[in-house]
Amino acid sequence: MKKLLIASALALSLPLGAVANQIQVQEAYRAAAKQENPGFKDFSATRGQAFYSAKSGDTACATCHGDSPKAHGKHAKTGKDILPLAPSANAQRFSDASKVEKWFKRNCNDVLKRACTSEEKGDFMAYLLSLK
Amino acid sequence: MKTPIVIALVLSLSALAAQAGEHGDKYAGESRGKPLQPAQTNAKWQQECGSCHTAFAPGLLPAASWRKIMAGLDKHFGADASLNAAENQEITAWLVEHASNRWRASAAPLRITDTAWFQRKHDAHEISPAVWKRPAVKSRANCQACHAGADKGDFNEHRIRIPK
Repeated sequence: MKKLLIASALALSLPLGAVANQIQVQEAYRAAAKQENPGFKDFSATRGQAFYSAKSGDTACATCHGDSPKAHGKHAKTGKDILPLAPSANAQRFSDASKVEKWFKRNCNDVLKRACTSEEKGDFMAYLLSLK
Repeated sequence: MKTPIVIALVLSLSALAAQAGEHGDKYAGESRGKPLQPAQTNAKWQQECGSCHTAFAPGLLPAASWRKIMAGLDKHFGADASLNAAENQEITAWLVEHASNRWRASAAPLRITDTAWFQRKHDAHEISPAVWKRPAVKSRANCQACHAGADKGDFNEHRIRIPK
């Protein structure tokens, strides 16, 4: 799968660095998810999609990032433009581990009032990476 | 004979008043800095502060305000905007270095819109209350709605365009 992704990135002449980094970021979540839950099997794009649109109180990820993560979002409070979240529309997304962690920390706190699990983070990435 | 004396007196009084103004009596000591923003800005400030709202120019608030804001980023006006320690230190240092150089009051508000200079410049005589409710404006924090160069620290009144 990893080889296939890198090969297709090359074929499409996407920035290879970003794609390799996205895989690395998600693999780190996989290792952490196994630690957190011995019964963990694999990430699921379907679960990630449900997580993306699920409301907690009156807020969901989609409130600011938009119903389609391939389109621009809009900050619910300030109205500031938010670049697309899906890597197919914005290649740099999820390619910088510390940036990814920074935003999961902030946004999980804001939306869910708690930290996200590694499984939730990996599912979320699986969904966004599945959007072509 | 009397007139020149009166004129001289008035002139020297107004000169004194102007001097006092320059020394921070304006807006009861709550005045924004000049310049508002240095020509050379900090890249981390631009990136981090600018991801959810306009990266507000450092001269809009005094150093004590920036210190308080940066110490409470985990609860930043209802949102978690926390940074790691190194980023926080770098941005705080830059904001403090370029904070308002004309602020003389002891107050250190957390909101730019709570400062005396902001309230005077945007009072009901200047801006009709209805303007704030327009969809293109929406929030007093949305500087860019009327000040197109806000992200570059440009609030020149000749370049204000109030959206309909």
